Amino acid sequence: MSWQVFLVSCLSAVLGALGMGGGGILVLYLTAYAQVPQLTAQGINLVFFVPVAVVALIIHQKNKLIAWRLAAPCILLGGVGVYFGVKLAMLIGSQTLSKWFGVFLLLIGLREIFIKPKGGGKGEN
Amino acid sequence: MEKTRRRWFFYPLAASIGLLNGLFGAGGGVVAVPVLRGMGLEEEAAHATSISITLPLAVASGLLYLREAQFRLGEAASYIPGGLAGALLGAWLLPRMSGVWLRRCFGAVVVFSAIRLILG
Repeated sequence: MSWQVFLVSCLSAVLGALGMGGGGILVLYLTAYAQVPQLTAQGINLVFFVPVAVVALIIHQKNKLIAWRLAAPCILLGGVGVYFGVKLAMLIGSQTLSKWFGVFLLLIGLREIFIKPKGGGKGEN
Repeated sequence: MEKTRRRWFFYPLAASIGLLNGLFGAGGGVVAVPVLRGMGLEEEAAHATSISITLPLAVASGLLYLREAQFRLGEAASYIPGGLAGALLGAWLLPRMSGVWLRRCFGAVVVFSAIRLILG
């Protein structure tokens, strides 16, 4: 395991544990630098995310940051989405998918950059 | 538990969290966080809770990818040690940061990578 692999997976997990979609970083590294096909990269990232998320969840749960009551319906509906998402991914294939992924990331990135900081935490509760 | 809101459009958005996860193998959290914020969670809790949603969805997607033989489980192994170190660091950081500058740096990295992918 090279220092590069450690660094990329570490950074990816930091962002993942922060709930900032760090998975994109690992997929990008795998496709853009390690020449792994898009769908393989996505599969690796999914497996990679599981232990990362478990560790993060345990710590977040200790800090009482998880609202399970709101998460439950999202998990159920998300499960339906997963099924169609994977079907769609297999249908489109690696080449086209990586372009879509690029556009998707571009939108996320711009949103992250231009999002308005909420003045002192927009107290919604 | 804090007061929360539910609106009809949260539900299709919740389904799209899974759709992104299955389609791109990543990125569900990007929808989950604003949805949870919209439901009334504060920033920190929204980020933390998003992981409780994306974890089971990643397990489901991962199993489907394995079934479709897109990769072998062992291929992920070399990324796990760095991943565990990063998870500890990230989870420790979350309650300790304001987040705005980090989001912007992250956004810049993502935009740079996106342009590479689109042009590549």
